[in-house]
Amino acid sequence: MTTFAPPTPRTPAVPADLRRASLSRRRRLTDAVAKAAIWLALIVAVVPLALVTYYVILKGSGVMSWAFLTEPIPRSLRREGPGMGPAIIGTIVITGSAALIAIPLGVLGAIYLNEYGKQSPLARTIRTMSDVMTGVPSIVMGLFIYVGFVLLVHEQSGFAGALALACLMLPVVIRTSEEMLRLVPDELRQASMALGARKWRTTVSIVIPAALSGITSGALLAIARAAGETAPIVLVVGLTYKTNWSLFGGNTALPAQIFANASQPFEASVNRAWGAALTLVVIVLITTLIGRFIANRFAIKER
Amino acid sequence: MQERPTQPEVNQTMTNVSERPTVNVTAAGLGRSGAAADVPAPAAAPKVLELDNVSVFYGDYEAVRGTTLAIGKNQITAMIGPSGCGKSTILRALNRMNDLIPGARVAGRVAFHGTDLYSPEVDPIQVRRRIGMVFQKPNPFPKSIYDNVAFGLRINGIKGNMDDLVEQALQGAALWDEVKDKLKSSGLALSGGQQQRLCIARTIAVKPEVILMDEPCSALDPIATAKIEDLMYELAFDYTIVIVTHNMQQAARVSHRTAFFTAEVDEQGVRHGRLIEYDDTPKIFTNPKEKRTEDYITGRFG
Amino acid sequence: MTQTTERPSGGLTQRGRGAGADRAFWIACLLAGILVLAILALILITTLREAWPALTYSGLDFITSDHWVTNDPDGDGPRQPEFGALAFIYGTLTVSAISLVVAVPVSIGIALFLTELAPRRLRSAVVTVIDLLAAVPSVVFGLWGIIVVAPALVKVYRWVHDTFGGVPGVGSIFGEPVSSGRSFMTAGLIVAIMIIPIVTSITREVFATVPESEKHAALALGATRWEMIKGAVFPHSFGGMVGAVMLGLGRALGETIAVALTIGAATQITPNIFASGNAMPAVIVQQWGESGGVHTAALVGLGVVLFAVTVVVNYLARFVVRRAEIRMKGIAA
Repeated sequence: MTTFAPPTPRTPAVPADLRRASLSRRRRLTDAVAKAAIWLALIVAVVPLALVTYYVILKGSGVMSWAFLTEPIPRSLRREGPGMGPAIIGTIVITGSAALIAIPLGVLGAIYLNEYGKQSPLARTIRTMSDVMTGVPSIVMGLFIYVGFVLLVHEQSGFAGALALACLMLPVVIRTSEEMLRLVPDELRQASMALGARKWRTTVSIVIPAALSGITSGALLAIARAAGETAPIVLVVGLTYKTNWSLFGGNTALPAQIFANASQPFEASVNRAWGAALTLVVIVLITTLIGRFIANRFAIKER
Repeated sequence: MQERPTQPEVNQTMTNVSERPTVNVTAAGLGRSGAAADVPAPAAAPKVLELDNVSVFYGDYEAVRGTTLAIGKNQITAMIGPSGCGKSTILRALNRMNDLIPGARVAGRVAFHGTDLYSPEVDPIQVRRRIGMVFQKPNPFPKSIYDNVAFGLRINGIKGNMDDLVEQALQGAALWDEVKDKLKSSGLALSGGQQQRLCIARTIAVKPEVILMDEPCSALDPIATAKIEDLMYELAFDYTIVIVTHNMQQAARVSHRTAFFTAEVDEQGVRHGRLIEYDDTPKIFTNPKEKRTEDYITGRFG
Repeated sequence: MTQTTERPSGGLTQRGRGAGADRAFWIACLLAGILVLAILALILITTLREAWPALTYSGLDFITSDHWVTNDPDGDGPRQPEFGALAFIYGTLTVSAISLVVAVPVSIGIALFLTELAPRRLRSAVVTVIDLLAAVPSVVFGLWGIIVVAPALVKVYRWVHDTFGGVPGVGSIFGEPVSSGRSFMTAGLIVAIMIIPIVTSITREVFATVPESEKHAALALGATRWEMIKGAVFPHSFGGMVGAVMLGLGRALGETIAVALTIGAATQITPNIFASGNAMPAVIVQQWGESGGVHTAALVGLGVVLFAVTVVVNYLARFVVRRAEIRMKGIAA
């Protein structure tokens, strides 16, 4: 039985001067090198992330256990064993308090910029200075709170840490919230005003709910960043080995513990540092992912 | 109690709502308002809003020049004309929505039951509670249908059974039957025409005296438009309506009186809007006084 | 059905009902906005005041001398403490320079990848990677740097030193590597990783504003992709790229923890990038716990210098970026 092969398509011969090969070798080479360089750049960015993740998971899981998450920190750094309980509590308490301070203030500031000030000279100044403030190193914020608060009350505390982190979060919350408010269509404000609503009512009952998902995701991202800050904690929060739920008195947090243990010559300390790093990365990652999820799911859709 | 005339059939001319053919306006084509016997004759109605030589400026630019007209109670007054001739600007001057535009300024007198709306003692918020507005593109709040209607009630502190008031408003906007089982669902989930009726319900919930409508059907399909035109007829029994429309047929069908605006270019080449003619609707469309009105009506320009 | 409509009572002039709430709300928002300006001013005022004793104590030496001695109980050095921060200023600048040299080409490459080369699906994956990179706390990078990276790089440094160290002039950069691996170079590399996200994102925004028509015009003339990038994308983006680099610089100058862990904490000025050194923010954090009195004031003084420098760099950077954006939007309009 003869099999019929499908007819081979006849491709017309491509004239020589339209082929790639006719491009000068130098130009082809440059293009190829540039492309390779770009891919290389990509690898250079991805590899460290992969390595860091690998090591944190590898070394951190080695010491991870329920005890690690809940036991107090050993007073003697030389000693093996868990835990980082106080640091986790400290991170939650301090970062949470900072969020409670910074987010309402940031949203109010964003409302001023987008609903009232708009392009006035004062509003533009605040906008520019907010951007500048996002670039202020966290250690400077720590020094500021130390000088401006800790020296006044003669005590290092979690509250001071919360203040410092709040200063770091404030400009970020203001800028992201302002972007979100700007996305709310003006027609909604007009409809509300046409019904006889006052401006504050329109803003609170219509504009904020419409922008809420964006504001929330921006706030979560700011929290994730604040949770990872070390320098202010080291400067103003002091130290504790036992869990301290209060904002006052000495406290500690995961980043500070990692920093303190990382340069110790004792392997036990370094292991605890890895464990704390794993815990911190997980917290930051979850917060970041929730923030991104909310942003994508509930984004203001074009009507 | 007034007896309502039976609902007239849908006009054949409804099929070309979006076109602007040369208008063959017969008495039948004028629709209900011209034929309704129980609405007071247009010129005799008491005046609710009176504009006296009103101009609206944006900064130094005079968008609309000296407009004088009076809006009669329980009438539907249409403002027609080509785009950019100030109809919407004048409309927004009536409920002080122009205040929201920086640099906007109103000269002349806008009187509401004799009170100058722009005098310093008058609170724009109060004005807007008495004079409501429906916008060109339906803009329900991203809330439930119930909350959309209740919003105006809540902020104005209106007493009474909220459920009843919401139902009343939705009935008045001819939307109740379609949404009564889904009051908690989002207002944005409705069709375009339903959304616009929701916006109307929202507006009438606070029981204003006047409803301003800025091209309310231009974003809607013909069937939805027909429903809203029917609704306007019903609403005129309880409210005074002023509607801006670029659709002459609609104005002819729906309104008692019509105001024709157009844009004039001055010596420097700057456009200003101006009221050309204002009269009973049948007269405007069959026997206008001004040549420019006639040119526009018959499609010679615009 | 005819409704008997009850109209809302009350005249048109009934002001005051709710108008007070309007005003109070506006004031609250205004104060929140002004808070930003207030905090920045307070930072400057309070830290300067606290640092004043140390600054007057050292005078100009604070920034010109590299002797930083906090106390000397054995008495074979200077009797009084000395606070000369030159070595730290040098360290900060060196680390920042290294990080820019590494990060800027990488960031430009990634930005080009995202705007020109990437297939759609890959684009969002890469963006996610960059975002994750930005989310990792700097202390975790520092921990990884000091435990894993520094020791591993010693071999690399040694090889570079052996190969290029002999070159006259330039070779002194590649001096003898310190055995722990904690050096300017290591710190610079870690900081580079941390500033890549911000430089990439700004650069990417800048590249995205290049008008499509210009790019198509270049391609229509028969240019290769790289030639199109060189001819249409870069000229337009130059201002914006400068701004992005400055923002990266601002971030690198202030990076504290990762540098503190990986730079080696030695007070010295040397061209050898494989040697240990120290940087301003790192010193503050390293010596904070044991400091007191004038020492603390001196550390605060370092903070003042850092604050001033980063504010100026950030302000200029935002200014440059904004101006470049305006120019580009003007052309594209």
